[in-house]
Amino acid sequence: MVNSVHLKVSNLMMRYGSHEVLTNINFDVIKGDYIGIVGPNGSGKTTLMKGLLGLLPLAEGQINYVDKRKDVQKFGYLPQNIIVSDRLFPAKVREIVGIGLIGTKGFPKIINRQDKMRIDTILNRLSILHLRDKRLGDLSGGQQQRVLLARAMVNEPQLLILDEPTSALDPIVREDFYQLIGELNQQEGMTILLVSHDVSSIGKYTKKMMYLDRELVFYGDYKAFCESSDMTAYFGQSAQHQFCWRHTDESNCK
Amino acid sequence: MNQIVSSLIEAFQYQFIIKALLVGSLIAFSSSVMGIFLVLKKFSMIGDGLAHVSFATVAIALLFNASPLIVSIPVVILASFLILKLNEKAGLHGDAAIGLVSSFSVAFGVLLASMSNGFNVDLFSYLFGSILIISDIDLIFSLILSIVVVIGLLLFYNALFAVTHDEEFAEVIGIDVKLMNRVIAVLTSITIVLGIRVVGTMLISSMIIFPTVTALQLSRSFKQTIVIAVAISIFCVIAGVLASFVFNLPSGATIVMLNAFFFAIFFVIKRIGGQS
Repeated sequence: MVNSVHLKVSNLMMRYGSHEVLTNINFDVIKGDYIGIVGPNGSGKTTLMKGLLGLLPLAEGQINYVDKRKDVQKFGYLPQNIIVSDRLFPAKVREIVGIGLIGTKGFPKIINRQDKMRIDTILNRLSILHLRDKRLGDLSGGQQQRVLLARAMVNEPQLLILDEPTSALDPIVREDFYQLIGELNQQEGMTILLVSHDVSSIGKYTKKMMYLDRELVFYGDYKAFCESSDMTAYFGQSAQHQFCWRHTDESNCK
Repeated sequence: MNQIVSSLIEAFQYQFIIKALLVGSLIAFSSSVMGIFLVLKKFSMIGDGLAHVSFATVAIALLFNASPLIVSIPVVILASFLILKLNEKAGLHGDAAIGLVSSFSVAFGVLLASMSNGFNVDLFSYLFGSILIISDIDLIFSLILSIVVVIGLLLFYNALFAVTHDEEFAEVIGIDVKLMNRVIAVLTSITIVLGIRVVGTMLISSMIIFPTVTALQLSRSFKQTIVIAVAISIFCVIAGVLASFVFNLPSGATIVMLNAFFFAIFFVIKRIGGQS
């Protein structure tokens, strides 16, 4: 269905100076997709995310967003470095989450009473409403990450982009986080792009997988990913079997 | 004690003291507000760098018998843009970019001063400040600056806050990060040019840094940080000017020492509070 496409990436090439990082990237993101993006270090995963977000220029190609409305937030973004602020940064959770609302506001960008209710609603959705008056720097890594996820989601973006959001977290908090993101996709239909090294964990929830290695090696659903001979060549049969087995064993997604 | 009280009462009978208190408070307000953004963006030493640039511009102005304010404000604004550009485009770290511009400026100012023997004394007054000989022009400029800072803060508060916390996220949601950084740079430049009349080029960065780091010890939110920093900064200037009059001390150094005293108190309170 053409009208359900969120964004269309065509013939994308990205460079750092003369160094080609990504070449000939083509894919569509459909509404309600949950795409796990994997690949070795230096394969261009973060570069692709930054290209989509407009943080890095494209050397060639196009990214077309289907929805052209300016009053709608295109992206919510949770960056790689979870603890962005130093512990001394003097901001309450509510103030930080409020930042997520000002992108689509006209000048001057004032947070009103209705916005405060929206902030409380998203904090409640992520089970951190009780932290709203705490200082961000006083929270644990997992709590800070939920706050920054709330900041990314509060303006109801069309697409949520998460770049290795769990790299600084312990395994239990990491698993909780993946579960939460999975619920957002399944229950609320949020479209998600998630960069991760943790194929077996995200595979329990993602609908599609993308494997990058400076070019698009694989893009398709998880079952095809598990059966792909290209992926066997990259991961080895044993590793591929292990995360695909865990996936089918531990979840009911498929 | 009675002598101190009578000296204080006497101080308010002099117009130059009233002017010093007014200009000092306005500069204290602007420098403490700008300091919050600069310190939290880890760009606090830009105050020091731009103060060194203003040292060179004052030397140029004195050499050509021009008004230091008129020469300094545009040149220091340009220097602040240059520092931002070096930081953004040339890949230099912020502190290295500031170091380059400030050491070049001081060397340039010293060379100009050595070429002309006539204005070394005037230049010295800009090094350490001379709040007690503030002109009406200084007062008018300080008033305009403070009004601009208040309006800028009210209009751009949330965008400035977003850029200060996380530039990358701010850019993703569509905030013009470069524009906001330039707004901060322009307001900081004007604050510094006016501020060197109060505490001098050697000490102006302390008026930017001290109130914020003091407020950070106890504040729980961004708004609270602004209120505490502004209150401390204005109090230190008023107390410093009066103390310098009563005890015959240099005003700039007295103001900075009071700021240091408050920082020490707040630092200790935080540590005691943290342990209990």
